[in-house]
Amino acid sequence: MNKKSKVVRYNKWGYIFLIPFVVAYLAFQMVPLVSTIYNSFFENFRSGLTQIGPNYVGFENFKTIITNGDLPLYLKNTLIMWIMGFVPQILLSLLLGAWFTDPSLRLKCQTFFKTVIYLPNLIMASAFAMLFFTLFADSGPVNSILMQIGAISHAYKFMSHIWSVRSLIATMNCLMWFGNTTILLMAGMMGIDPSLFEAAQVDGATSTQIFYKITLPLLKPILIYVMITSLIGGLQMFDVPQVLTNGSGDPMRSSMTLIMYLNKHLFSKNFGLGGALSVFMFIITGILSLIVFKFTGKEDKDGR
Amino acid sequence: MKKRVLSLLTVAAMAATMFAGCTKDSTSTNAGKDNSAAGDTATKAEDGAAAELPEDTGKVLNIQVWNDEFKSRVENHYKGYEKVDETHGKIGDVEVVWTITANEGNAYQNHLDELLTNQESASADDKVDIFLVEADYALKYVNSPVSMAMSDLGITDADLSDQYEYTQKIVKDENGKIKGSSWQACSAGFIYNREFAKDVLGTDEPEKVQEAMADWDKYNETAKKVADKGYKMCSVNDTYRVYSNNVSGKWVNDKNEVVVDKNIDKWVDDSKKLVDEGAETTTELWSDDWSKGKRASGKIFGYFGPAWFFNFCLDADKEGTVAADGGWGFVEGPQSYFWGGTWMCAAAGTDNANLVKDLILTMTTDKTVLKEIAMDDQDCVNSKEVLADLAGSDDGNIELLGGQNPYAQLAAGAEKIDLSNLSEYDQGCNEEFQKAMKNYFEGNADKDKALEQFNKAVKEKYPILK
Repeated sequence: MNKKSKVVRYNKWGYIFLIPFVVAYLAFQMVPLVSTIYNSFFENFRSGLTQIGPNYVGFENFKTIITNGDLPLYLKNTLIMWIMGFVPQILLSLLLGAWFTDPSLRLKCQTFFKTVIYLPNLIMASAFAMLFFTLFADSGPVNSILMQIGAISHAYKFMSHIWSVRSLIATMNCLMWFGNTTILLMAGMMGIDPSLFEAAQVDGATSTQIFYKITLPLLKPILIYVMITSLIGGLQMFDVPQVLTNGSGDPMRSSMTLIMYLNKHLFSKNFGLGGALSVFMFIITGILSLIVFKFTGKEDKDGR
Repeated sequence: MKKRVLSLLTVAAMAATMFAGCTKDSTSTNAGKDNSAAGDTATKAEDGAAAELPEDTGKVLNIQVWNDEFKSRVENHYKGYEKVDETHGKIGDVEVVWTITANEGNAYQNHLDELLTNQESASADDKVDIFLVEADYALKYVNSPVSMAMSDLGITDADLSDQYEYTQKIVKDENGKIKGSSWQACSAGFIYNREFAKDVLGTDEPEKVQEAMADWDKYNETAKKVADKGYKMCSVNDTYRVYSNNVSGKWVNDKNEVVVDKNIDKWVDDSKKLVDEGAETTTELWSDDWSKGKRASGKIFGYFGPAWFFNFCLDADKEGTVAADGGWGFVEGPQSYFWGGTWMCAAAGTDNANLVKDLILTMTTDKTVLKEIAMDDQDCVNSKEVLADLAGSDDGNIELLGGQNPYAQLAAGAEKIDLSNLSEYDQGCNEEFQKAMKNYFEGNADKDKALEQFNKAVKEKYPILK
């Protein structure tokens, strides 16, 4: 009797320590989430200095978003740019990670290089985009160099072609995030039991075989984690394309991402449509998060 | 027992956050009510004969602007203004606070809307006293009780009689009351590079150059010649305002539908042709690529611009620019138009009414100050008398124009400007239209697709439009 109440008394500290989190979660996550869903059922915007609404309109906002065809288009743009950035990024990271963790290479100045490849992530995305915007302007340094070495005769308008804009955005995302991915993958690679590599070497496996037959399969959980977090991050792609294209997503909105579209509605204080769009994005991201849970849960069962 | 207390606590915390949400809602509705109340008092004040201004009680004079142009005018020409730092100053005991919000993407307007709708509940030091507006969206604020009529400030029509009519028409509300005042008359023309004009047209005389671009047909012919010599005329975004100022109808009709005027349609067709011929560029105004024409190496024939362009945009103070060598010339161009111009509005609810009145009178009607502004900053000031005076004397000769005196042309242009087709949606419509059409000019879409995108973008910006 006495013992039990002592445990309870001790356990209360657990709850007390949880309070800050619960309060912060309720105030900054739950309330905005619920109010976003609530707002999505209203017509609510400002025209000039007059406030229109909020008037209850049911699912009208959702209907608008589904029927005007913008959502799939911008989702497609977002995914294309994400894939264009993610594929080179994961390849580069795998290569660097394999090199850094391979004890037989004995790379020098490892810490230095690890720091350097992580550095682009420390630059503000908008500053990075501004830098690229200036570099690739019609009369910018990249065009001058290309013209001077005679590769092109007229300045190439990087900002006026669909694929050059998308490639620039993908390149920037790749540059910004490959360091982060490398470090994650390295952690995964270092967690693999070294005796497996030794055994493979003794059996006469080449380093390519070791990479494909041992490193990659054992790295799978980390790879999936990296892929899903990067996908969720990619869906929220905003600052780089927004700054690079000056918010227009041009040419012909081919580089407009979902969040840029959301920003357009919120900028005109159209909370109803913005809310409805957010709910759609919540669902999409939710489905992807469920996939993460499924994969990690399965891995635990298999591993133990 | 303990558990119950805890759960109560969590419930209380949740409830508290909910109430936090509620309070926010109620203040915003209150702000709306207060706003209409402010309107009531304003109309009441109008009923009384001569407006007696209450004594100034504010310690802070808040001025909302989108660039530092007006700030530098006040710093240089308003006696009694002491500069403290880039965004602060002092007039007597009153602290002056400048808030600069960039114009693009309606950012300035959104910021201003937020402040003005909450004006009543703002603390005394945060109340907006003066805000500046541009013609593109002046109507929005003029037709709303957030701005004060000049007559309520004690500024009479006689005080403003020397101003150009168009500058007053823009800021007249539905009842015909003037609600703003400007120190600029921004009639504009074409600013050309004299050296290139000699090369292409064989002369740099303003009269001859004007002949070569007296209307759009001649302008397009000249542009072709310019392109043949390896120059670019200007950007399509430069010519846009010339067309859009000469429209026959408003952007938005009574049914809230967006209408593309035929003169704007002509801009699209003319510009597409010129871009395809390599005679015009598609660079955005103010971008680096657009700015390169300020040096001869940029090979840009000219810019469309008003008088403030001379001083504000041509980099005359930098070595090696065309302006520094006095290499520009000025002509009226194919159609008369205006660009920009800044109107001072007094915010309803200001606690510094007397100071506001004095600032408006000094900066926009005092002829000595206006002449000073014209001489120092090459601004085309909003005073018929001062402009006539400048046109007739060597005081009006401008160095960066190679000594040319543009004031006669500027004054003539200011008389001709017709602004009957302004609407409060102009800034957003103009901006989005140019952005969307850029896709057509650069071959990324056909005209219909580009128009479709314009319609989409405008509706995102103004959800009320159909």
